[in-house]
Order: sequence, then C-alpha cells, then structure tokens
Amino acid sequence: MSSGREDGGRPGADPVITADEVRHIAHLARLELTDREIEWFRVRLGAILEYVAKLNEIDIENVEPTSHVILMENVLRDDVVRPSLSRDEAIGSAPSSRNGFVAAPRIIETDDSGVV
Amino acid sequence: MEYEAIIGMEVHVQLKTASKIYCGCSTAFGAEPNTQTCPVCLGLPGALPVLNRKAVELGLKAAVTLVCDEIVERAAFARKNYFYPDLPKGYQITQFGAPLARHGRIEIEVEGQQKEIGIRHLLIEEDAGKLIHSEGESDVSFVDFNRCGVPLLEIVSEPDLRTPAEAHAYLAALKEVIEYAGISDADMEKGQMRCEPNISVRPRGYKEFGTRTELKNLNSFRNVERAIAFEIERHIGILERGEKVEQATMLWDERAQRASPMRVKEEAHDYRYFPEPDLTAVTLGRDLAAQIRAELPELPRAKRARFVSGYGIAPEQAAVCASSPAVADYFEAVAKACGDGNEAAKWIVGVVASAVNEGKWDVNAPSVAAEKLAALIRLVADGAVSGIAARENVFPAMLERPGLEPEEAVDELGLRQMSDEARLEAVVDRVIAANPGEVVRYRRGEEKLLGYFVGQVMEETKGRANPKIVNQLLRRKLASG
Repeated sequence: MSSGREDGGRPGADPVITADEVRHIAHLARLELTDREIEWFRVRLGAILEYVAKLNEIDIENVEPTSHVILMENVLRDDVVRPSLSRDEAIGSAPSSRNGFVAAPRIIETDDSGVV
Repeated sequence: MEYEAIIGMEVHVQLKTASKIYCGCSTAFGAEPNTQTCPVCLGLPGALPVLNRKAVELGLKAAVTLVCDEIVERAAFARKNYFYPDLPKGYQITQFGAPLARHGRIEIEVEGQQKEIGIRHLLIEEDAGKLIHSEGESDVSFVDFNRCGVPLLEIVSEPDLRTPAEAHAYLAALKEVIEYAGISDADMEKGQMRCEPNISVRPRGYKEFGTRTELKNLNSFRNVERAIAFEIERHIGILERGEKVEQATMLWDERAQRASPMRVKEEAHDYRYFPEPDLTAVTLGRDLAAQIRAELPELPRAKRARFVSGYGIAPEQAAVCASSPAVADYFEAVAKACGDGNEAAKWIVGVVASAVNEGKWDVNAPSVAAEKLAALIRLVADGAVSGIAARENVFPAMLERPGLEPEEAVDELGLRQMSDEARLEAVVDRVIAANPGEVVRYRRGEEKLLGYFVGQVMEETKGRANPKIVNQLLRRKLASG
C-alpha cells in the first residue's frame, strides 16, 4: 500500500472521499471492514476518484453519453420457452433449503413485529 | 380546515409472454417452486441476459394504448442494486432515465364525471422472487425464484388523483385497457397486477405538496380504496394536531384494516443505478410503435360509444356488450345477422350474461353460434315462437345441444306459435260465443276483461297462440259487436 498518491491528494483540504462514505459503501456491498482497512480504502478510492476526475477537464459539449463500448443495438430474442435447470441444480448450492424452497434468514419490515 | 389529497399511483402488470424477459425460462403460473430458473435469472457468474422481443412489443403496445406523447428514441436498461433474499443477482435489471415511453394519459369516470389522468412513464423490468413465511417460524423465509425475471410493465401516473374513488376508477380503467389490448391478464390474485399508491395531503387551495407516504401490500381494488382512505385520514389527523407527516413506506394490514410504517434502513434506498453492460439499447421503439398503432384493436371506451350510437342501445347495455373483445365480437355478429341491435343487446345482457355467470358459457367459445342466436331472435320477431318460450325453453335446449337449429328446437319442444290469422279467428269466435255475459260486461266498459278472453284463447290453443294477433282480433271483434 505504498504509492505516490496514497494521501488521496490535497492533504489538509477536504478529502475526496470521507471515512464515513467508505463505511457506507462497504455496507452497501455487505463488506465488513476494520478502521485500518477503511482508512486504506479511503486513500485508494480517493486516488482513483481524483484520477477519474481528470475527465472533467474535457469538453464534452457535443459528445453523446456512452453506455456501451460495443456499437450494437436492438439485440433481442424471440419469446420462446427453453428448458430450465432442474430444481436440484437450481438450489443445490444454497446453504439451506427445504421442500424445494431456499431457506433464508427472515427479514421483517413492519414495525409491529419487533424483528429487523 | 378543508384538506385535499394528492394521489399518484405506481402500477406493475405482468406482461403476457411465454418466457421471461431476459432468459427462456417459462413464466407459467403455479409451477412447483424453483423449477423455472436458469443461470441468467439466478444471476450465476458469466450468464448473459438477452431481451425478449415480445416484452418490448407489449410495452410499446401499452405506450400506444395509453397515448404516450413520447416513445423514447433510445430506451436503455440499468442495474438497480440492493440486497434482498428474493433477488439472487443482487440487482434488478430495470430502466432508469431512458424508459420505453413517457407522457401518456387515460380517462376515468367517477360518478358520471370524466377526468384525464396523466401517465408519467412506462418501463419494462424484471420481477423478483417470492418470499413465503410460515406462521410458526419467525426467523426463516422460504424463497421461490420462479418469478425472478418475469417481465413487468411499470406504469407511473402523475399525481392527478384526488380521492380513493378516483384511485379505484384509475386502476379499473387501466386494467380494462391492458387486458383488452392483450398486454397482460392483470389478475391481481395471481400477482399479475400490483399497485403502490403514494399519498400526500395539503390544505385545500395550497399549491405546495405535503409530505408523501407510499402504500404497499394491496392485493385488491377494494383494499386499495380502503388503504388510501385510511392514509388520507391519518395524514389529516397528524396535520390537525399541528404535527408533521413523516416520509415513510406504509404496509397495509388487511386483517386489521390499517397501515403501519415499514422499518427500512435509510441506505436501503441507495440503489447505485448504472447502465446494464449486458443489454443493448432499444432504438426500434418509434417504428414499432407506429406499426402497433396501425394495428391496435378498438379500445373499450370507443367501442361502447360506437355501440350506443351505431346500434342505438343504452350505455348500460353497451357496457356489458363491450366487456371483452370476445363478447363484443359476438354481440356484433348477432346484431348484424338478425338486423336488430337492440334485441341482440337484450339477449347478451340477459340470457347470455346469466349463462356466463352460471359457468355454462365460455365467452371465447360460445356454445350457441352467433348465427343461431340471430335466427332465434328472428323467429321471435316473426311470431313463430314467443319471447318467453325462446328465452326459457328454446335457448336452454340450444345451450345443451350446440348443433341444434332454433327452428328444430322450437318444433321439437312443440312451441311453434299459432300466427295464422284465419285459424286464430275461428278460436276467437268460439271463445266470444261461449262467453256472452263477459262480452256484455266488456262492452259496457269493463275493459280489463280483455285479459280473461286472451286467457281463454290461450287455453284453447295450449298457450301457442300468438298473443299479439289474439289481442288485435279480440279488440276488433269485441268492439264491433
């Protein structure tokens, strides 16, 4: 983790990305990070963001937004049913299953139940 | 203070395709759990989605049906990222920023008042799986991935609705055209139509909107209406107390008839949309929509109006006769073949509708062919059989024996009316001669005795005399005594 840009740029100024933002992103990706790792990622992600920010210097007034690098459009298939996986193939690798269903930890979203 | 509710509606309907939106798995309802999945809809590594042409076509058909002003030139797909047990990929492939179409509208009617409701956008996307909970086990969800990847059409309205009744009318109007145009079967019980209203309340006359809440878990039109009414009252109660409505997603509890806020962590709404790299943009929307527009079937509103003006039938009759494309086609075939739209409508609204309700009639495969019903209607008009006998005896016989011709049925049942004037005149003369006392009383002004004479003629003819002719004959003979 030693690189010329590991300070995330502009020491003392607003960081490009804060530790809280890193924590938030880690949570969205369901990653558990230690404080050390968060700091490490803050610096690395900051460096990446700053590098990508160079693109802001380019004049894109007359450039169409690109969502694909391949120039294909309208790739469609006909509405034809094809065989599916067998149930065993489909859920065989799930950690837990019962009666043909995958069994997952329950997530409750009402406030009455007291369970989250 | 008087308040006004502002209601917008997000509706999802399942598009009527055989296979899923991004893969070839079946969309058939009622399959055993987890038997309609593949690497694409399960999101297994390396699997590549390919867009179902039919889903695009049906989405555009909806855009044309709902009169969208803008068919998006370059519709594109995006990933909406979140974690939930019913979403094996960890993201939903939907449309974001570039939906299929925008700016549509639909007319609704509430208590005779017409109103136009704006449609903000139409997009196509995939459904998630289904979670099943068993009463006894509070810590486990059972997951069926069959629904993952089933194609959905999302219809988002403008906040143009004001009352629960309008919301109901909007859903009914939407369901009607969607079904009619063959876009979706829109069966709420099968989860093919779902809706999430959002509601805010403001003092009447204010321009600014209040804080919105969203309602979920509504599985019938009646629940939608009730839940919205509940939520409006709840908002008004909060405002009356001088408090603030908190933004929330409310879950409707049908049993308790109340809504309570869902507990969702804030970051759950950080979806990090980004362009779906595995699907290409759709740029054929405008051409396809033009083609669909040219082929679009007549929609229910237009059909009802045409039935009223073209066949001279009442709006209530037109509503029944245009209730589905199959019924409408049948009605028109009968009306044209018998030459009397009014009679045709009476038969559809009365006898045919009851047969349908009793499960004796499949609207898609009528048990009595249109020409045969028309022939029966003509027999009644010609006086060969009475209207009552046609309805109560001949029609049921034809219903039971689909090949039976109405003429045959009338004769087999011995119901042919006596309409021969000369023969009936003889009977009438006999009846008059046999009842001299009644004749005198009638001539003195007891005109209600006419019914007695008609009855006598009917008895003589075993009920087969044409009552119209008998009436005419009796009036003439009794008057000219």
